[in-house]
Amino acid sequence: MISIKNLHASIDGKEILKGLNLEVKAGEVHAIMGPNGAGKSTLASVLAGREEYEITAGEVTFDGVDLLEMSTEDRAREGLFLAFQYPIEIPGVSNINFLRTAMNEIRAYKKEDPISAKEFMALVKEKSALVELDAKLASRSVNEGFSGGEKKRNEIFQMAMLEPKLAILDETDSGLDIDALRIVANGVNKLKSPDNASIIITHYQRLLDYIVPDFVHVLYNGRIVKSGPKELALELEEKGYDWIKAEFAE
Amino acid sequence: MKELAVIEQSFAHSVDWKLDGNFVLNEALRANALTYLSENAFPTTRTEAWKYTRVTKIKNNSLQVAAAAPIADLTPIDEAAISLVFVNGHFDATRSASDFPAGMKVIPLSQMDEAERNVLGEIDAQKTDLFSAINTAYATDGVYIHVSARVQIAPTIAITHITTGDHLLVNLRHIIHLEKFAELNMIQHNTTDSGENAFSNIINQVYVGENARLTIDKLQNESEHAFHHATEFINQQKDSVFTINTITLNGGWVRNNLNCFVNGVNCETNLNGAYILTGNQHVDNHTVVDHMVAHCNSNELYKGIIDGKATAVFNGKVFVRKDAQKINAFQSNGNVLMSLDASVNSKPELEIYADDVKCSHGSTTGQLDEEAVFYLRARGLSEASARQLMVGAFINDVFEKIENEHVVAWIHDEISKRFNWNFN
Repeated sequence: MISIKNLHASIDGKEILKGLNLEVKAGEVHAIMGPNGAGKSTLASVLAGREEYEITAGEVTFDGVDLLEMSTEDRAREGLFLAFQYPIEIPGVSNINFLRTAMNEIRAYKKEDPISAKEFMALVKEKSALVELDAKLASRSVNEGFSGGEKKRNEIFQMAMLEPKLAILDETDSGLDIDALRIVANGVNKLKSPDNASIIITHYQRLLDYIVPDFVHVLYNGRIVKSGPKELALELEEKGYDWIKAEFAE
Repeated sequence: MKELAVIEQSFAHSVDWKLDGNFVLNEALRANALTYLSENAFPTTRTEAWKYTRVTKIKNNSLQVAAAAPIADLTPIDEAAISLVFVNGHFDATRSASDFPAGMKVIPLSQMDEAERNVLGEIDAQKTDLFSAINTAYATDGVYIHVSARVQIAPTIAITHITTGDHLLVNLRHIIHLEKFAELNMIQHNTTDSGENAFSNIINQVYVGENARLTIDKLQNESEHAFHHATEFINQQKDSVFTINTITLNGGWVRNNLNCFVNGVNCETNLNGAYILTGNQHVDNHTVVDHMVAHCNSNELYKGIIDGKATAVFNGKVFVRKDAQKINAFQSNGNVLMSLDASVNSKPELEIYADDVKCSHGSTTGQLDEEAVFYLRARGLSEASARQLMVGAFINDVFEKIENEHVVAWIHDEISKRFNWNFN
């Protein structure tokens, strides 16, 4: 589904990603773990198309097409979804209105008819229930006045609405209490299918008790330095990152 | 007293304007105004109230008192409204209604006999200024609207000011008088049929009687080469509600002076404004709310979107006089700059001489939140849709204050035509 080869990216002249390789196939769940500053969020930002980052080398193909050549919105329309580490508050813009606009622009891109109001509202009802997001929150201004947990649930709600092929969850678990974590994980698990895939970026192993990954990767100093089965996450939790740092320090 | 013709000349000498015409206000008022004009110069940017707005282009324009002229057909904003049309500063009877609801008098100043006209148009000498004096001296028409006590007028009264031709000088004076418990909703629509460099100078003198309610939707949508100076003198009596929504979409140079004198207790004063500017437009909103007595509320919300090389000015002043206790006065101005060349000068001011009041004011100016634009794009919205959605959310706060749905529909329509934005 997505193939990242030798990806180098920098911001303000500072290289953050230094030759990252990753291959994710449909139906798979990949966890990317790593210490602070390893480049985890940079990877998410680069994949979503944040313009502050400069790609200096490497390639990313998404279902066979060159992802890096696409605008942020076209990546979303092709089925890439980023759940933000810090979801943005947008006063005055209704959550539902903007989602409907988003869905219809995605549909127009795929040359499909717009969703009817009735169909859309039914979908809102179904998907907000999935992440236990109060229907009132769904219709309020985007993230405005939401608690941390509500913001993260809203991200998963949007993901459920848009049904992406590839979801990238950037530290979605950070700052969540155990109930919110369970709800978010439950949402992600229910959306899992043989046709889609997820990349779960996390600092903690805790989320992986709820979302079982097929692969765990360790990102350190801009590269994936270790990959393994889900047990690798437990090892990291137990031993911390110091042994990784010691082994791969420049 | 000097001869009118003599003092008239001394002002006329300071400008290259052709000032021949039939002027409707009475001779004594005109004489005072002409004296004022002969003794006072045009304001410069050294005058605080004109710090950010230059009047040179008006002063140096070769203006001419305009005569009526044919115009293209008008599409009403509100089909059900009672329409009054002024072309180049002259009442157009053929385009205007002649039947009015019971309890209401509507008479164009040009159709009044002299005795009736003689009692109208006085402005407190303390409150006059150069543009008001020009208006008093050279008003060619206007309308007198009187609503009797306890009469609620159901249809909206829509006044259209339209100009056609170049270098026109248009002065209109409207006098609106609501007796006790009267209610009236108005639209005042300023537009251009054709031509460049028209200068319209319009005064509304408004009396809102005890427990009366008046709403004015003031819609400014003239050509990019038009000059517009508007002044409202509002006198509110106790328990009355006055609301004015000033929406500026087009016009090269626009200055609005809103002066609300709240003379009675338990009044409500609502001033809302939206300006969406581009090109080289310059729009200046000056507002004054003067709370002279206790137990009143005033709410002021002005928002602007400024693109291109346009400039906006907001100066809102709230006075709370001595012993005017228990006043709630809220004032807010927000601006979004859409380009690097756009600019705004915003100055909210409070002057409070009472000690038991609740007043607030605030002003924000910034660009659209680029993080939010990215967030929306990451969900599949095009950059243009993302910006439009955010701009719409910002400015809709003001449009939501407008109760007349025809007006709101018209605004959305004009914005879509002019900016290709769809906020609905």
